[in-house]
Amino acid sequence: MRYVDEFRDPVLARSLAAEIRSLVTPGEVVRVMEVCGGHTHAIYRHGLDELLPPEVELVHGPGCPVCVIPMGRVDDAIAIAETDGVTLATFGDMIRVPGGRDSLLQAQARGADVRVVYSPLDALELARDEPGRHVCFFAVGFETTAPATAITLLRAREEGVSNFSVFCNHVLIEPPLRAILETPGCAVDAFVGPGHVATVVGSDAFRFVPEEYGRPLVVSAFEPTDLLQSVALILRQLAQGRCEVENQYTRVVLPEGNTLALAAMAETLQLREDFEWRGLGVLPRSALGIRDELAAFDAERLFALPGRRLEDPKACSCGMVLTGRMKPWECRVFGTACTPERPLGTCMVSSEGACAAFFSYGRLRQPREEVTVGG
Amino acid sequence: MCLGIPACVVELDACEPGLATVDVSGVRRDVSVALVEDPAAPLAKGDWVLVHVGFALARIDERQAQETLELLRQGLELERELEELRRTAEAAR
Repeated sequence: MRYVDEFRDPVLARSLAAEIRSLVTPGEVVRVMEVCGGHTHAIYRHGLDELLPPEVELVHGPGCPVCVIPMGRVDDAIAIAETDGVTLATFGDMIRVPGGRDSLLQAQARGADVRVVYSPLDALELARDEPGRHVCFFAVGFETTAPATAITLLRAREEGVSNFSVFCNHVLIEPPLRAILETPGCAVDAFVGPGHVATVVGSDAFRFVPEEYGRPLVVSAFEPTDLLQSVALILRQLAQGRCEVENQYTRVVLPEGNTLALAAMAETLQLREDFEWRGLGVLPRSALGIRDELAAFDAERLFALPGRRLEDPKACSCGMVLTGRMKPWECRVFGTACTPERPLGTCMVSSEGACAAFFSYGRLRQPREEVTVGG
Repeated sequence: MCLGIPACVVELDACEPGLATVDVSGVRRDVSVALVEDPAAPLAKGDWVLVHVGFALARIDERQAQETLELLRQGLELERELEELRRTAEAAR
């Protein structure tokens, strides 16, 4: 048991693993989807999958915002970056994502002004510091990062910063979950809900999962024992015939979420009619654009963008991985043509992508062996 | 980028309202605290918050903050995030 000892509380981890084992019916597999990329990362880093009995199968979900951005949007960002007098600022994870031809990193090598920022506020700061240039922030993320973009837009308007815009690619968590649940033959039995998205939207926002689709969902924090506890809570619901939203992350997540964050989003961002997702296709009302009142800060209205829809490379199975229909190691190019250094698909780019997480912890193949844990 | 980092408030209204200087394992930078403001319980020096991309999204207690930091420290996550913080904190100076 090389992993359990790394836990802060190995005794608790062992007792949770024992509880999980006591709650499964031998031979009856429960498929639990962890929605959030942060959870996927923690699962592989701590070897949680190996702690679970074979009856609990973890399925990776669509919750890595870098991974769900389609290649066409990356090309749009490159087009902005290659406009004269423009600086494109974005998070470090985004610059290596391959578009149709290449990535922002390669555009930078060709001379485009691409900067990595930690926060959208840093992009606004760049615009203040360099009034002679236009600074565009390439915004990605679920509801966790959308409030940051919202507040930044409000500040830009308040200060009258006229050389700043946002290329908005914020996506919502509910539509992809519905899409997965409505896929014929959906084999997901329960969900580990994303703790940080829930910090913003609230645990109540996930009630549609049990109420409309009959699957339990437990909002979870990110430490290994949190995740084990969330799996145990799910199994307890199933054993007791309950089906509801439970909140394992009560120390941070409120039922109503962060109302200030939601208000800032509502003031600045509006639902798009539809948005293309990598792996899921075009989903109606699944993403946010910038409100008409803030059109002056909307890169989509300021720049002529190619706006092309591009098919993923044939060899790449990111779509299957993102929807839990394929495990990273089942992809033909995993670890060979597609590695974190030279990623073909988005799941290999971000450290929260299922493929990169799996690859980084040295597990080229699933070691699904019987694990005995004391207790 | 989706990682939540526990940070301790060391100075409020550092240079402008709505911003606070926080400390993450010795690295200091300004973050927005606009989303954790509560007139009934104003944020104070020494309070802990969970920071995402330069914004405090929730208040947390010190014990859980230290535990989360310790866990992040064991992996490479904290180092990577601190690198980003340092780089951008310097750029801001």
